[in-house]
Amino acid sequence: MSTRSRALTPALTAATALLATLAVAAALLALGGYPPGDAFAALFRGAFGTWDRFVSFTLVRATPLLLTGLAVALAFKARVWNIGAEGQLHAGALAAVAVAVALPGAPGLLVIPAALLAAAAAGALWASGPAAMKTGMGVGEVITTLLMNFVALFMAQFLVQGPLRESRGVFNQTDEIPAAAHLPDLIPGTRLHLGFLIGLLIAVALWLYLTRTPGGFRLRAVGASPRAAEVSGRFRAQPVVWLAFLASGAIAGLAGGVQVAGVTHRMYEGLSPGWGYTAIAVALLARLNPLAVVVTAIVFGALSAGGGAMQRDAGVPEVWVRGIEALVILAVLTVDRSWQALAGRGSRG
Amino acid sequence: MAEFGALSSFLVAAVGLAVPLALAALGETVSERAGVINIGLEGSVIWGALGGALGALALGPYGGLAAGAVAGGMAALVFAAFAVWLNTDQIITGTAVTIGSLGFTGAVFQSRFGATGLALELPTVPAWEVPLLARIPVIGPAFFDQAVTAYLAYLLVPVLGWFLFRTRRGLSLRAVGESPEAANSAGVPVVRTRMLAVVFAGLTAGLAGAHLSLVHTGTFAENMSAGKGFIAIAVVVLGRWSPKGVVAAALFFGGAEALQFALQAVDADLPYPLFLALPYVLSLAALAGWFGRSRAPEGLGSAWPRG
Repeated sequence: MSTRSRALTPALTAATALLATLAVAAALLALGGYPPGDAFAALFRGAFGTWDRFVSFTLVRATPLLLTGLAVALAFKARVWNIGAEGQLHAGALAAVAVAVALPGAPGLLVIPAALLAAAAAGALWASGPAAMKTGMGVGEVITTLLMNFVALFMAQFLVQGPLRESRGVFNQTDEIPAAAHLPDLIPGTRLHLGFLIGLLIAVALWLYLTRTPGGFRLRAVGASPRAAEVSGRFRAQPVVWLAFLASGAIAGLAGGVQVAGVTHRMYEGLSPGWGYTAIAVALLARLNPLAVVVTAIVFGALSAGGGAMQRDAGVPEVWVRGIEALVILAVLTVDRSWQALAGRGSRG
Repeated sequence: MAEFGALSSFLVAAVGLAVPLALAALGETVSERAGVINIGLEGSVIWGALGGALGALALGPYGGLAAGAVAGGMAALVFAAFAVWLNTDQIITGTAVTIGSLGFTGAVFQSRFGATGLALELPTVPAWEVPLLARIPVIGPAFFDQAVTAYLAYLLVPVLGWFLFRTRRGLSLRAVGESPEAANSAGVPVVRTRMLAVVFAGLTAGLAGAHLSLVHTGTFAENMSAGKGFIAIAVVVLGRWSPKGVVAAALFFGGAEALQFALQAVDADLPYPLFLALPYVLSLAALAGWFGRSRAPEGLGSAWPRG
């Protein structure tokens, strides 16, 4: 296969998968009695209809997906199946709020980095249990990270109902964080906050790390074949697995911190509509490439922003968006297989 | 008998809560023995709950149970079509099936009943009292005054034990799970065996979902599976991939869940989210080997390309 077609293949895979998803989603919508054209048009208007819809809705909703998507992409690249971004995000959000509320009167330059660092640390801590179980006891991380998500959700519920409950005591939510802890706006007059820029910077940093450094090479080598990496004798796989777990957890935790500091300014039950799971679709559609995650996060941010409009203007329940996310994952897997089959036939023949 | 009252009602709740876990985990045991781990089991449970609800409205409670099983089987068939037939990654495919199932069951439910959140009232499956056995003090009502789903779970234990360890087909199935290459060389159809095993797990997980809507609650709510399918997968590990062990593990988790109700009855101010988290924490402890170690089928999660 020529270099040019190899560079094109990931983009082609993603485009084919998206087209296949659109076709299947259209068929299912028609089957459900909704005109697909109206639904897609409403979705598109809701996501891209005006500059403000795009910046204040699509990009704002893309931000937690960008960070969790990067977290998942990094872990999967090392063949660490971290399905726990959702729990790590909740741990990060709780830590950020706890730190910000505990530092009233502190200047933004102090409290914002402190809150975001706490979020990243909490996310990494939440990932460290499954990491220890995988490396120390050989327990697969899929189930452990999934179970940790539920523990995180109930812990958040417990904290906002009890120890961290707002001082007014009306709703099950924390106090609002001090104004100094709010992330500054990125584009004046819109709701886009600094978190999006943080996501972009991490995307570039991860891409440079994976493609330009020895550490990134080791991580990819372990992902390609953990046994081969060990057998080569040049390095041990376990520290790489630990690094992938902790860095992935930290970035997912940061997603939670950025969301509370940039958008909600407090923590409550149901902060995330499942970003940690959507992140898997975001990362896979991007073929685990950090730079491509920026694009796919915006695609899914648009789906989320347009979902509300689709419900309002075309009467299609917003939960359809979740179904469409699953279709994207299945489409990527299928297109992948078809490519491999074609490539295999080509090389054999 | 009065002093047994609290213990007896705790056991009744524990067995009732263990039944859906046992059903889903017994099916998943067969699937994992064939080398396929299906994270989409959660999807089969939620489809079973919705299928059970819709089936019960049309055909009555028993028709609902059957419809729930079929709905769960269909979700598993989608998983198998990708993960076994197309040989895509089992973990990612299972995650997609779960996400999609939670989304599409919500979509079907809302298009049928609206998004108003009005509680749906379903015809429920009554408990059957087993003559004599139900009269045994304390454990009688807990084990022998349950819905038909509980008796199906009891029945599956010896049947699956016999099938897996005493029959030729069971041996072939386990061979596929230990080493698909060797099984294939011996002439065992790997893809067909795995497809059937996965769909069987879908049927029992669907029945587990129907138990949630038609026995446990008498209603359907979006996301009501609430991770039961994931816990069932932990139950399989804790039960060491044997039907007897799996049922014992399911009872243990049912007890952990029932504990929260028992303790809340004692003191209503206890923080209930912490008790809700208990089964998940126990699952993690079980996986960490707190209750002893065990060995997974050698070929669990392994790829097997067709042709």
